[in-house]
Amino acid sequence: MDFDFMPLIVAVVKVSVVVGALFGGVSIMTWVERRGSAIMQLRRGPNRVGPFGLFQPIADGLKFFFKEDILPPFVHKPTFIMAPAIALVCAMLAFAVIPFGGSLNFEFFDEAIPLVIADVDGGVLLLMAAAGMGVYGIMLAGWSSNNKFSQLGGLRAASQVISYELALGLGVISVLVLAGSMRLVEIVQMQEQFLHWNIFRAPLGFLVLMVAGFAETNRLPFDLPEAESELVGGYHTEYSSMKFSMFFMAEYIAMITSSALLVTLYLGGYSIPPRVVELFGLQGNLLAFAQMGVFVAKLACFLWFFVWIRWSLPRFRFDQLMQIGWKSLIPLGFLQVIASALFVILKPEWF
Amino acid sequence: MKVTRKELTLPERLYLPEIARGLATTIKHAVSPSHNVTQQYPEEASQLHPGYRGVPALVEDAEGRIKCVACQLCEFVCPPEAIKIVPAEYPDSNVEKYPLRFDLNMLRCIYCGMCEEACPEEAIFLTDVATFVVASREEAILPKEKLLELGGTRAEGVAKWASK
Repeated sequence: MDFDFMPLIVAVVKVSVVVGALFGGVSIMTWVERRGSAIMQLRRGPNRVGPFGLFQPIADGLKFFFKEDILPPFVHKPTFIMAPAIALVCAMLAFAVIPFGGSLNFEFFDEAIPLVIADVDGGVLLLMAAAGMGVYGIMLAGWSSNNKFSQLGGLRAASQVISYELALGLGVISVLVLAGSMRLVEIVQMQEQFLHWNIFRAPLGFLVLMVAGFAETNRLPFDLPEAESELVGGYHTEYSSMKFSMFFMAEYIAMITSSALLVTLYLGGYSIPPRVVELFGLQGNLLAFAQMGVFVAKLACFLWFFVWIRWSLPRFRFDQLMQIGWKSLIPLGFLQVIASALFVILKPEWF
Repeated sequence: MKVTRKELTLPERLYLPEIARGLATTIKHAVSPSHNVTQQYPEEASQLHPGYRGVPALVEDAEGRIKCVACQLCEFVCPPEAIKIVPAEYPDSNVEKYPLRFDLNMLRCIYCGMCEEACPEEAIFLTDVATFVVASREEAILPKEKLLELGGTRAEGVAKWASK
């Protein structure tokens, strides 16, 4: 009976904190989305529930709980019920490898606690796999709904994700080439200095990854799977109540995860430049919390950017979407991979 | 007809500068204070214009006597037949008739204002009451007393009591 329970407890605590933070983030994001869209369109947005309408997500959640959960008679029941769960689980799974801080030290625990759920060697691969799986949820939802509009939405999601997965991969690879590692923690540590951020070394890769991230999360201008002007509600036409809400949450969690990926790979992740650390005299746990703060702040900026883009741009046509993916993003991505490789070989002194 | 399309310039074809311009537009809106123009309705009362056609109401003269002579012109002209009048006479006076009952069915009323136009005695007016709320269908039929309460006093204009 020498089994050490501590790591298990630590892992469980970390997972529950992160999952809680993700759901909290989702509810805040729904509010930001609605308020943000409102101020951009010279409206006010939700302002009735609580101060500035901040409790609106609670009201929305309660509404979802009390809505009738309709199971249409013509759907393929097992997949219909499973689809939202797949979408949500995959979206959350991807966040497991994202490091959101350095490490915490406590007296009652002799090892340092790294602030990442799973610090695996192939972290990026796991993230890509989980993100790629997310589309199964959407596709199965469209397929099992057994109607033409949902089916079209599912098909669109599938073809869109397959096209943009390549660009996404190239955007990630241009960083992997520079870092020489697939561990996200190492990639973050490499970017400790502000000028070493990968966005300065691989700007095109950042662009490609960002656009592909928008497409992967089905956010506007790439939200063709749920194009309501053409496909009623797209893949979630037949869904109601909490099942619909799960798709909704999956979309927002995917958004948070892809922002986190961008921040980690290109914008220095949780790292604080050593000079700043010295300036404020940050040490130990204080440093870890400061790093978490920095990470969340960067994430928040990016999430606002997602919202900002959504309410600025109209939706692409499907052929335009395919053209951007195959004719612009993939060549740009390849260009960046080659440039990154040259950068690694030549190692210019000035950088 | 042949539509000539403008040839796109290089920044337009690159697309990203145009996205930046679009983003600039939206953020300009977001930070501008003009999104406060929305009227916060239950807290801020609506600004009704003069001549607004709200709930119709009967009026009294300066001495609190009903102006309506129960001529039934409004009942006749009312397009949705929302008005029902039961006329009655004063036995001891040569003043014209008065409505024993004057029921206005607000479930039927379309706020057209033709009762006001038709009235020769200037006894019925459309008020500026924009919100009419009731809890039951029975309550939506307004009797004479309620209509008088709503309309209040209007001393000027035709006075049927002058020739008493």
